[in-house]
Amino acid sequence: MRYILRRREIVADDWVHLGEEPAEAGAVIVPLERLRTDAARWAGWRGRLGVRLAPAEAPEDLAAELERFGLIAVEFPNAGDGRGYSQARLLRNRLGFQGELRAVGAGVKRDQVFLLARCGFDAIELAAGEDLEAARRALTRYSVAYQPGAAGIPLERQRFTL
Amino acid sequence: MYRYDELDQAFVEERVAEFRDQTRRHLAGELSEEEFRPLRLRNGLYIQRHAPMLRIAIPYGLLRAAQLRKLADLTRRYDRGYGHFTTRQNLQLNWPALADVPDILAELATVQMHAIQTSGNCVRNVTADHMAGVALDEIDDPRPYCEIVRQWATLHPEFTYLPRKFKIAITGSAEDRAASEVHDIGLHLERDAGGELGFAVLVGGGLGRAPVIGVRIRDFLPLADLLGYLEAILRVYNRYGRRDNIHKARIKVLVKSLGAARFRDEVEAEWQACRASAPLVTAAEVARMRAFFRPPPYETLTDQDAAHGREPRFAAWYRYNTRAHRMPGYRAVLVSLKAHGGNPGDATAAQMEAVADLAERVSFGLIRTTHSQNLLLADVRQDELYEVWRELDGQGLATPNIGTLTDLIACPGLDFCSLANAGTLGVAHDIQRQFDDLDYLYDLGNIEIKMSGCMNACGHHHVGHIGILGVDKHGEEWYQISLGGSANGYTALGEVIGPSVPKQEVAATIGRIVEVYRALRTEDEPFIDTLRRVGLEPFRAGAYALHPQAA
Repeated sequence: MRYILRRREIVADDWVHLGEEPAEAGAVIVPLERLRTDAARWAGWRGRLGVRLAPAEAPEDLAAELERFGLIAVEFPNAGDGRGYSQARLLRNRLGFQGELRAVGAGVKRDQVFLLARCGFDAIELAAGEDLEAARRALTRYSVAYQPGAAGIPLERQRFTL
Repeated sequence: MYRYDELDQAFVEERVAEFRDQTRRHLAGELSEEEFRPLRLRNGLYIQRHAPMLRIAIPYGLLRAAQLRKLADLTRRYDRGYGHFTTRQNLQLNWPALADVPDILAELATVQMHAIQTSGNCVRNVTADHMAGVALDEIDDPRPYCEIVRQWATLHPEFTYLPRKFKIAITGSAEDRAASEVHDIGLHLERDAGGELGFAVLVGGGLGRAPVIGVRIRDFLPLADLLGYLEAILRVYNRYGRRDNIHKARIKVLVKSLGAARFRDEVEAEWQACRASAPLVTAAEVARMRAFFRPPPYETLTDQDAAHGREPRFAAWYRYNTRAHRMPGYRAVLVSLKAHGGNPGDATAAQMEAVADLAERVSFGLIRTTHSQNLLLADVRQDELYEVWRELDGQGLATPNIGTLTDLIACPGLDFCSLANAGTLGVAHDIQRQFDDLDYLYDLGNIEIKMSGCMNACGHHHVGHIGILGVDKHGEEWYQISLGGSANGYTALGEVIGPSVPKQEVAATIGRIVEVYRALRTEDEPFIDTLRRVGLEPFRAGAYALHPQAA
């Protein structure tokens, strides 16, 4: 069983990534590319459907079908690749995605979780070997931010208002 | 100047606590060097040739006396009693111990300072004209906007892991004293036809391996939209900038590959799409920031001829090291960190303390750092200049050479930097010796030499009237010389004049180049104008001619 951070809690993950196990009619996260190549299979999927975006993929391409997805996973292949932060901002602020927005990949570490949450990720699936409890504490490392938060993210204080 | 309130103070203290924890984890083996590297870089810490190097942020080059005193104190207790002021107005410590850095940062926080985002692939220290607020040709003081941008860029959640470093400079004057056209973004304050303030926006300037002058993508951006438009530029860059090759990752490469027109269209489209949720710079926020940068309480004075009847050494200093001030009876005083025999931009702890004391007595307690690696006391009464000169002279800070050939810019080079291919400091000393005769130096007038120890161009060699680039040739230090660069209102990139020369020949080669200028100039014609008028050829020929004594 995998545990993730959802908002500020450590919870058991109720989703699986495609290939992890045969989740017949369950909640499954499918890479966008596979969603396109196996379009018929996923069009008839009876369970909850999530989609996983690679760093170079454009969230705008999902604009017309956002309601299909209970979850969008954004991939951080390493900690230095920051494209996922912009993908998250676009999904939340521009496309108005309301479902779970999850950071995934080898680049998701405790030292990034504060930024991830501020960009609108409400779920964080840490890289293998990361300390969940330490990451949970890191979410509240700062009491101040100089930028407005993403929609739906509670902000104690801020300098600039939307 | 800007003062932290409890929110800013809480933030820098939380940042120190975070870095202390990261350093502890690294030293305990929990964070590998690869994992620790981007974290330490975002706190100004490099691992250098001999030791770590800590780059301390001096936002837009402005310091209170107490801050400069703290910097002096830190160099004494954690380093070797001196620091190096950089072309981006920051201060570098060359010898701190890694385990001490969290303590250094904690001490900086006590005087409202930090080292956040002075390196790493993020938005770096925002720089400005060092004459901000006192220049005669100023449209508006850029510093309130610098502070707004500084705060916005600080730990920006979306833009802290960019493809590459990102530098912003803001100027408010016709003369560009901040090299803004060779920054990733250059912002020029302008007034529109209705008198409203805004910015001309330049993007994609930069030096390094492939130097480029920024292209203007907006003639006028209203103040209110400043941050929203910056977000649009940064978002386009963050999404589409290259990440596969460090040498092609700067925004200038993206601008070039898309073409300026298409890049501008992308930014404008992004801007239109994100406007509704973009941060707005409200009039209240601008007013709040401007209040921090109000002019000091000047006295009503009249201009005087401060040099009248004084000795020639003072007169020379007055002419070269002071600048006109917008208030009658005042001058701005450049504190030369270019003593002959010294390292360009270096200051000792004692010198920093002396300047801090002086600033408190004669310049409203504020000090500025300049792009050309000197310090500035911006608001000195003309009737106090003589005393100021005597004190600076006593500290070795009054070399009357600002704007002359020995006021050269140089990166630390091979002596300190692990990226460098060749030394810069020895060459600087050779040049200082070659041009030690002040009368000869004055006869040459304004000549800007800029020197870098490698292609990364921290010494801005591309935009020097005379540029010097250190290269490694089979393990030996050689130097490529370029001519015709400029970063001052008429930005131009220099052209390499021919084969590189060995270290011991650099100063002599420059000697021959300036002799060509002396032979070809018309009366009072500055070096750069002669060069533009006659072209490179005579200089090229002269530079490589055998020295008369050797012929």
